Parts: sequence; C-alpha cells; structure tokens
Amino acid sequence: MAVANISSHGTTAHDHHDDHAHSDNFITKYIFSTDHKMIGKQFLVTGIVWALIGGFLSILFRLQLGFPEMDMTFLKPILGGWIDESGRLDQNFYLALVTMHGTIMVFFVLTAGLSGTFSNYLIPLQIGARDMASGFMNMLSYWFFFMAGLIMFISLFISTGPAGGGWVIYPPLSALQQAIPGSGLGMTLWLVSMVFFIASQLLGGINYITTVINLRTKGMSFSRLPLTIWSFFLTAVIGLLSFPVLFAAALLLVFDRSFGTSFYLSDIYIGGEALPNTGGSAVLFQHLFWFLGHPEVYIVLLPALGITSEVIATNSRKPIFGYKAMILSMLGITVLSFVVWAHHMFVSGMNPFLGSIFMFLTLIIAVPSAVKVFNYLTTLWRGNLVFTPAMLFSIGLVSFFISGGLTGIFLGNSAVDIQLHDTYFVVAHFHLVMGSASFFGLMAGVYHWFPKMFGRMMDAKLGYIHFWLTFVGVYMVFFPMHYIGIAGFPRRYYSWTNFNFADMYTDLNMFVSVAAIITFGSQFIFLFNFFYSMYRGRRAPQNPWKSNTLEWTTPVEPGHGNWPGEIPTVYRWPYDYSKPGAKDDFIPQTVPLSSTPESNLPHEAEQVKLEKEIMAEEGGDVLVANESKDA
Amino acid sequence: MGFLIALGVLILVSIIWMVYRIQSLVSVVKGSDKKTATGSNKINAALFILFLLGAGGLMFWYSIKEFDNYTLPIASEHGVVTDKLFWITMAVTGVVFIITHILLFWFSYTYQYKEDKRASFYPDNNKLEIIWTLVPALVLTVLIVSGWKAWTDITAPAPENAHVVEVMGYQFAWEFRYPGKDNQLGSYDYRLINPSNSRGVDFTDKNSLDDFPAQKIVIPKGEPVLFKIRSRDVLHSVFAPHMRLKMDAVPGMPTRFWFVPTKTTAEMRAELKDEEFVYELACTEVCGGGHFSMRREIEVVEPAEYQKWMAEQQTFIEMDPELIADAPAEIKELAQIQIGE
Repeated sequence: MAVANISSHGTTAHDHHDDHAHSDNFITKYIFSTDHKMIGKQFLVTGIVWALIGGFLSILFRLQLGFPEMDMTFLKPILGGWIDESGRLDQNFYLALVTMHGTIMVFFVLTAGLSGTFSNYLIPLQIGARDMASGFMNMLSYWFFFMAGLIMFISLFISTGPAGGGWVIYPPLSALQQAIPGSGLGMTLWLVSMVFFIASQLLGGINYITTVINLRTKGMSFSRLPLTIWSFFLTAVIGLLSFPVLFAAALLLVFDRSFGTSFYLSDIYIGGEALPNTGGSAVLFQHLFWFLGHPEVYIVLLPALGITSEVIATNSRKPIFGYKAMILSMLGITVLSFVVWAHHMFVSGMNPFLGSIFMFLTLIIAVPSAVKVFNYLTTLWRGNLVFTPAMLFSIGLVSFFISGGLTGIFLGNSAVDIQLHDTYFVVAHFHLVMGSASFFGLMAGVYHWFPKMFGRMMDAKLGYIHFWLTFVGVYMVFFPMHYIGIAGFPRRYYSWTNFNFADMYTDLNMFVSVAAIITFGSQFIFLFNFFYSMYRGRRAPQNPWKSNTLEWTTPVEPGHGNWPGEIPTVYRWPYDYSKPGAKDDFIPQTVPLSSTPESNLPHEAEQVKLEKEIMAEEGGDVLVANESKDA
Repeated sequence: MGFLIALGVLILVSIIWMVYRIQSLVSVVKGSDKKTATGSNKINAALFILFLLGAGGLMFWYSIKEFDNYTLPIASEHGVVTDKLFWITMAVTGVVFIITHILLFWFSYTYQYKEDKRASFYPDNNKLEIIWTLVPALVLTVLIVSGWKAWTDITAPAPENAHVVEVMGYQFAWEFRYPGKDNQLGSYDYRLINPSNSRGVDFTDKNSLDDFPAQKIVIPKGEPVLFKIRSRDVLHSVFAPHMRLKMDAVPGMPTRFWFVPTKTTAEMRAELKDEEFVYELACTEVCGGGHFSMRREIEVVEPAEYQKWMAEQQTFIEMDPELIADAPAEIKELAQIQIGE
C-alpha cells in the first residue's frame, strides 16, 4: 500500500502533519506558501476582492445607462476628475469602466479566481496527492497573478485612465494613444499586467496537468477521476495551448505601440496626420486574440461545469448520469474550442467563406453542451435532492447554461449574427452562459468546499437568501437585455438617445440597473457569511455532505501533506451514491469492492478477485480496516 | 439627513444581525443542523416552482406586450430572410428552453429529499445518450444549412448594376461618397488626406472627377445597393438596423456589403404612422469616446426620385476647383467637360 513510488512527497516526514507546524512562520504559511491548500485560498480571496472591484465598476456604468440624466457629483470622492462640472460621467472613462469590468471579470475572477482556487485546492485532495507536482512553481503562479493584479489596479488610478478599448483591445484603437486616452499608459500597464497573468496561468497549468498525470494515488485511474478533476485537467490543457497565443498577440501589439512596427496598423490618418504604418492587418489581431479568447470561454466554464457535476451528484444522492458521456463531451468541447474562434468575427471583414466554415464548427460545439445539460437533468431525475446552498447554485448554473447556451445558436449562425453582432443580445448571451454560469460554479464550489477549506460550516440560511437574491437578480439583469438586443441597441454605448431607433427602453434600462445594484448588494450577504463563518462558523464534521471523494477522508483541517498517514487507495469510481443493496446511500472511493459484496454490480463482482490479488501483493494490512467479515 | 440615513442603516443591520443570531441558535436547539435536510429544503423546492411560474409568466407577458417595440421593421430583401431564420431559431430554442426549464425545476421540486426514500441508481443509458446526441445534431444541421445558404447569398458578389456608395468611418462620424455618372469611385490614398480632402480622394484619377459627397445616404428602393466600406483611423462598424446590415470598417482593408432596400422612407413612415421616422446608420465597433454618437441618416426613395437627386448633387470639383490644381492638364480638361455638362 505504499505510495512513495507515486508521490514525490510521500516520505515519512509528512506522515504526521504536526511535525511541520513548528517550522511554519507567518510568512511561509500565509504569504509565500508552497502548500496547495493555502495557495488555493490565496487565489480565492484575491478573486473575491477582484470580483468586488469588477462588480463595483459595472454598477458605475449601469448608473450611467439606467439613469442617463443622473447627477453623479456624489461619486466625485471616488472618481474625481472623471465626473465633470455638471455631474456627468466622462465618456472615455465610461469605456474604461466597461473595459476594466470585462478584463477583471474574465481573467482575474473567473479564470484565476475559479480554476486557480479549485484546481489548486482540489486536485491533490481529490486525486490523493501530498501536494502539487511543484509547490514552488505553484507559489510563483500565485505571485505572478498577484503582480498582474497589482499592475492592473495601479492602472485604474493614472491620470489618463486605464485601458479603454474594450476587453478585446482591438487595435488600432488600443495601439494609438491619439485615438483614446486609455491607449496611453493605461494600455501599456494592461499589456504588462497580462504578460504576468499569462505567465501565472502557464505555471499553474503545467502544474495541474503534471499533478493529475503523475501523482494520482493507487487505484485512481483516469476512469475513476471525479469530473471536477477531469474538468480542471482539460481546462489546464486548453490554457496551456491558448494563452501563449494571447502572449504573441500582446507582444506584437507592444511592438506596434512602442517600436514603430506595423503588424496591425495600416493606412491610418489620425489627429491631423497620416501615420507611416502600412501593410498591417487589424483583422490579424482579432484572429490571434480570439484564438485565446474563445477557448478562454471554456477555460472559465469547464471548471464550473466540473464543480456542478460533483455537487449535483452528491446532493442528488445519485451517480452523475453518463459519466463517460460527460468526459467525452468535455473532451469534445476542449478540441472544438480551438476551431471556432472566428465566429466572433463574422462581420469583421474576413472572407465570408471562412465565416461559413466557422459557422459549421461553432454549431457542432453545441452538441456536447446539450449532452451535458441532458445529463444534468437526468441526474436530478428520481434523485433525493438535498438543497444545500451549493446545490442551489449548481441548479442555477444549469439554468443559466441553458438560457445562455441557446442564444449561442442564434449568434453562431452567421446570417442571424449580422443583425445581432455587438448588440445587447450578445451581452445577454455571454453574461448568462459564461459570466453568471461560471460565477455560480464558483459559488457552488465555495459553499461546497468551505468546510474542507476552513474546517467550519457556512450558514445555510444566509446561503439560501444569497442564492435566491442572486439567481433572480441575475435573470432580472440579463434577461431584459435580450429584448434590448433584438431591438438593435449596440454595445458599449454611453447613451442611446442620439438614435431614434434606440431612443426607448429607458424604463427597461433603469430596471436592469436597479436589479444590478440589488444583485451586487446581495453579494455582501455572502461576504459576511464567508468571513464570519471562517472564524465563528459551526465546526464542520469530517464529511458534511456525505460525499464519496477522497478529500473528505482527510482530517477536518488537513495539514501539510494532506493525509496524516498513508494516502488512501482508491477502489471505485466517485459516484456510488444510493447503490442498491448498500447500507448507506454513499460508498466512499476508499471502500474496497470486496467489502461491499451486497451492492456490487455483476461486472464489479469480477473485479473483486483482481482487487484481492493486488491487495495480497501489497501485504493486505490496510484492507482489514475496511473489510466486512463475510468478504 | 446623512446622520439619519446612517442611523437607519445601523438599526437595520443590527435587526438583521439579531434575527440571524436567533435563528442559528434556534436551529442548534432544535438539532436541525444535524439533519440532512431541514424544512428549508421544502421551501427551496417550492421556490423553484414559484420561480418557474413567476419568471415564465413574466417572460411571456413581456414578450407579447412589447413585441412591436423590440422587433424593428425590416427594410431590406435579405433582412426578411435573416429575420425568418431568427424566428425559426427562436421557435426551436424556445421550445427547448421551456421544456428543459420545466424539467429542471419540476425535478427539483418532485425529487426533493425525503428521509425514507432512496434515489435510484441510474448511472447510464447508452440508448438515451445516443438519442440526445443525435437529435440536437440533426436539428442544428438543419439550422446551419439554412443559415449557410442565406449567408452565401448575402455575401455573394454584388450585382453589376448595384448603386455604389462609399461609407468611410472616422472618429466620430461617417462620410459618404457617390461615384457619380460613371458609377466608378475614384481611387484614394490615406496620405492625400488634408482639410480640404477629408477622404483622401485621388483627383488625378479620372473616375473621381464626377464623384460627389453627401451628408446622408440616399438610395433607390428595389435596386441593389453596394456599400464600399473603409475607415480612416480605427475600427468602426457600419450598422443599419432596419436594413439588417452590419460590416466592420477596417483601416487598410476595404470591406463591402450589398443589399436591396424594399421600403422607401415615406412608405415606412406611413406604415409606422410616424412622420418623424428616418432610417439610421450607427457604429457598432467600439472606437473611442464618441462611439455612441456616430449617427447618420439613410433615405430610401423611389428610383426616379433617386436619379433626380443624383443629378442635383454638386461634385467635389464643382465645390472646390482647387482640388485639381496640381492635376495633369488632361485631367483638368476632363473636369472642365464634366462641369460644362
């Protein structure tokens, strides 16, 4: 049963976590920690801080959109010169707000905050490893992310404002500071920050992949991995392949901005002069950007779907329906996510034939997504559903995934996309399917694994209130945007009153803004619950959700090295819930098949023999503890 | 005033705090924190049904009530096709949307936790999974093929007889140029741009001699129109919502979009009973602080009226003969003939 051959950390020094407690000081424990659990928590708390900043920025521009006549003088203490004498928001700063909201939410909250937190925290715990393959790289990953955040944060306060060309930073707008003030120093800081962020993602991603491939405990074959791990693994693969392309795109943009090259610039007359750049292509940047940008959607979404699969199965007290189909559909999404990027560019001026190709590929990716939804529904069917806050957020995620996913079928159809492109229909679409769904995945994960992270329970009732306010709130914010989008309202507009066709729906926009403020406000219930429960919450039992996965076999507050003794061996897949014949409605992965003859399925009965042989080879001492007498 | 608000908030927070503490103490006393599922489980299950009915009702009510407001009238031939595709997709996805949501919330309610019950162990069913892989795949294929057909028609080369209009975006407006009688736009070069030649038109090209500018786009009804789109500085995007037309304006890479307008402005005014109605042109690619203000008008008129309007327009050179001051003698001669006509 020894695991030393599998885990590089499986030395005797780790066998008792107390041995290590004395050598940790504040700095090595909480700041420059190489422990995956602490790094996961660092990502989580940093992600929460960024979510608050990103959310707050969105409230600022929602005020502008919902109440265009509003006197914003009261915001002067925060925004200073960005509010003019008559109390109006600066138009360039409006665009900067939109840009920063997008950048922060996509990269810092839903990429780093979601997969940074849960990949780090759960991969070693759920596959049965002492830690990540490289704790040092893991620490670097967080601190590169922290640097990226710091630089982006500083850019919010410079006199020309942060980057303002949209989170997609299309040149020439992002390349020329004559075009918009945000393309000066603000854009430089954006690019520098992104370089750090990409480095962080790559360091993290290599680690996740290596750990999943090399450090699984005995018996933890790929076909026994929880779906969370599958999703983190595939997410890391996507990130590893796509982020370098963003790096290339950013690097070429740096050259264009600072060293006079013409990768993206051509034939430009601006600010009263003709620029010398010729021969570049603005569309090239879009190709490079979306080669990351579209996989990025799945980088954000897959971990959330993985978490949801785990939470729904646990709280339905049922195996996830179609485990293999879930893996296959995630694999399908992973591969297809690389060949659909140009559906963001149907009307960018690229060859329409390319548009046809990408329309076909894009709508194919809807099939695995549909399979996932049907599998979630079937998992709920005839379950015994326990509505923990995590379960509620997971059901909410499925709802958003459907609502937002279906509108993707409109946008993926290039003919229909002509009218809908860059309208509020798109805003509604991706905020539901990518923003809110992933955010709900993040929330589900926090509520579900909080007891493991901090050894205490979050308050369930506050969780319910938080869920219902957020769930209803998100729909109140984004559902009306479909109508506004079908009516043709373009995105990133400071106001719509210039146009007759869009000079309406002030009431609906006001409604959306009020809903956004309420939804944002209700996140403070979560914040309170989170930080209060961290110190004062009820002590958590070892396995509060009666879950099968390995992390619940660790001590309530796992120390360095995760398991005090040997790492447990895995004998079954993680979804043996409500198995006919079994005494309890769950059988943890560490329970050997040979000890549960009453509930084994025919093909499992055959595996028992094999299992016994292996155990005999290993010495068989551990098996006694879990074995029932008649086995 | 500020003090009162602060006090009110403080009182509200302390009340919430007390309620919170009391309820958590009560739950400890009742021992409900040890149970798998408490009474809250029932409430949450019921709320899902309530949400389904409430939100569903709201959606139907608003979608029907506001239908005329959020559907823009169509004024182009291909717009009819794309709108039809839009509504077919809406029907298909709408059915899926409603069914899946009913299932999601109904299952959540029906299968809520009961202590004496056990979930059924149902890990897979290959037949079922093949069915719901193939059915969406087939439905999507139908949608794709019809969309693809529409897309190839829309993006096909414009007919020979299309009326050409050049649309140039810059921060923060559009400029239009018509090719004149020869229906050939003169060539341009961004290095020729100066205050009196904002489009950089090359007036040594004889095709540009009869080109004329316009403050708004005037186009004939029922005849193909080709927009030749370019940008002078950053990306812009031509958006004519009623024409269902959108195409980016890219510096250094001219783009195009052709269409057939089907209703004159006057007809649309009569149809909507709105004397103020005008077709509009907007920008949909973020281009800087004035992005939201790039408005121009499009006027669709009867073909005869269009010819009349064309004839009334003054060419660039008529307006500013200085433009050809540096041009070769033969160009000047040609220009004289043009103006003479």
